[in-house]
Amino acid sequence: MADKKWVPRWFYQLASPRWCYDITGKLLPLFAWAALLLLLGGTAWALAFAPADYQQGNSFRIIYIHVPSAILAQSCYMLMAIAGAVGLIWKMKVADMVARCCAPIGASIAVLALATGAIWGKPTWGAWWVWDARLTSMLILLFLYFGVMALNSAIENQTTAAQSTAVLALVGLVNIPIIKYSVDWWNTLHQPATFTLTEKPAMPVEMWMPLLIMVLGFYCFFAVAMMLRLRNEIVTRERRSGWVKELVQAQSR
Amino acid sequence: MTNGGAGEMFFWGVLKRDLLLSFRRKSDLVNPLIFFLMVASLFPLGVSPEPTFLEEVAPGVIWVAALLATLLSLDGLFRSDFEDGTLEQTLLSPQPLFLVVLAKVFAHWMMTGLALTLLSPLLAVMLFLPVEGMWGLMASLLLGTPTLSLIGAIGAALTVGLRKGGVLISLLVLPLYIPVLIFGTGAAQAAITGLPLSGYLALLGAILVLGLVLAPFAIAAALRISASS
Repeated sequence: MADKKWVPRWFYQLASPRWCYDITGKLLPLFAWAALLLLLGGTAWALAFAPADYQQGNSFRIIYIHVPSAILAQSCYMLMAIAGAVGLIWKMKVADMVARCCAPIGASIAVLALATGAIWGKPTWGAWWVWDARLTSMLILLFLYFGVMALNSAIENQTTAAQSTAVLALVGLVNIPIIKYSVDWWNTLHQPATFTLTEKPAMPVEMWMPLLIMVLGFYCFFAVAMMLRLRNEIVTRERRSGWVKELVQAQSR
Repeated sequence: MTNGGAGEMFFWGVLKRDLLLSFRRKSDLVNPLIFFLMVASLFPLGVSPEPTFLEEVAPGVIWVAALLATLLSLDGLFRSDFEDGTLEQTLLSPQPLFLVVLAKVFAHWMMTGLALTLLSPLLAVMLFLPVEGMWGLMASLLLGTPTLSLIGAIGAALTVGLRKGGVLISLLVLPLYIPVLIFGTGAAQAAITGLPLSGYLALLGAILVLGLVLAPFAIAAALRISASS
């Protein structure tokens, strides 16, 4: 192991399901509170105190749900692909579990992004759905999630399922830059990005501040949902191991 | 390629074998083509037989039919090799899997994509596609169908060990086909309206090159995973 010094110790520890179960147990309340506070505060600020848009009036407020869910749906896919790759390369069981837990969460968030987009599209574009590049590529993302879930449930052997799914998720990664740049590459109805790392947002600070809080809140919510699923997955898979049996006995007393 | 000569021999050997196998099983060769014809003829019957309407939807219908025909033929791509143990022997052989995969996909494309491209003028006439669009349609199919075979082979490799691979392949592969479909029909539409189609063809070519370089790795990895279980 002397030549593997560059891999930090916590990375190895993460590979242990038991250690992972313990650490997520400690982190869970932290993220749950953060998610609750950010989402409640962000929602209140966004819906009650942020100024109305000069063109769209109050209908623009759905941005505070739509943008965070759209960002998160893509981030979740990337996490799924990266975790899958880690599972493929280092044969880490926990990474496979993480990848597996990502798919249903990501799919639901993608549905939320598409639904809020449709609701927002009706008053602004006059249609629930347009076959525009951004919308279509987002729909493809949802289909990719479906494909990943279908493949994962079709293969009996858990290790094979995880590896196959990881390959598929990595192939589907091609779609992420397409979604990102679709508004720049094609002339679309969809507006360009609200947040970029290089430029100042075009909206006033009292408008984008609650949006930023909502994005952070969505990420914290994702972490909570993810960890709950992961813990469930760990206990299910390790049900034959001593520590899980002890855990169950301790809880049933 | 240190063993360039051997690798090349190997590539042509696999290609020849696969082509020979499909010519021995004529039905596998002809079925996707018949399917292609049938699907395209459903549209005039199911939607509208009006020439003005058909000429508008012809490129899209032909592309979708080609895509579905390719999809239909994918299931058998690695299945027989998997079942009779040839696949395992290939995985154990010292030759790069990349080459085998490339040869097999190339053979598959010659049986489906190339054949579909050659058949497409017939469908174009059936669907009243304007003559100006013919070359655009054929060029887009010629550049697009190899990508369909490459992407489809990933799905076929992932599901080769499964009993119910057919529907699953569609689920995995169709989302990835959408960009090819968009640029393919775009090229044909541009040709009909007299717009330059070089941009569309360049994009299809770029996707093909990307697929040629990256897809064989994914296919090879997927085959190793499927065979190891």
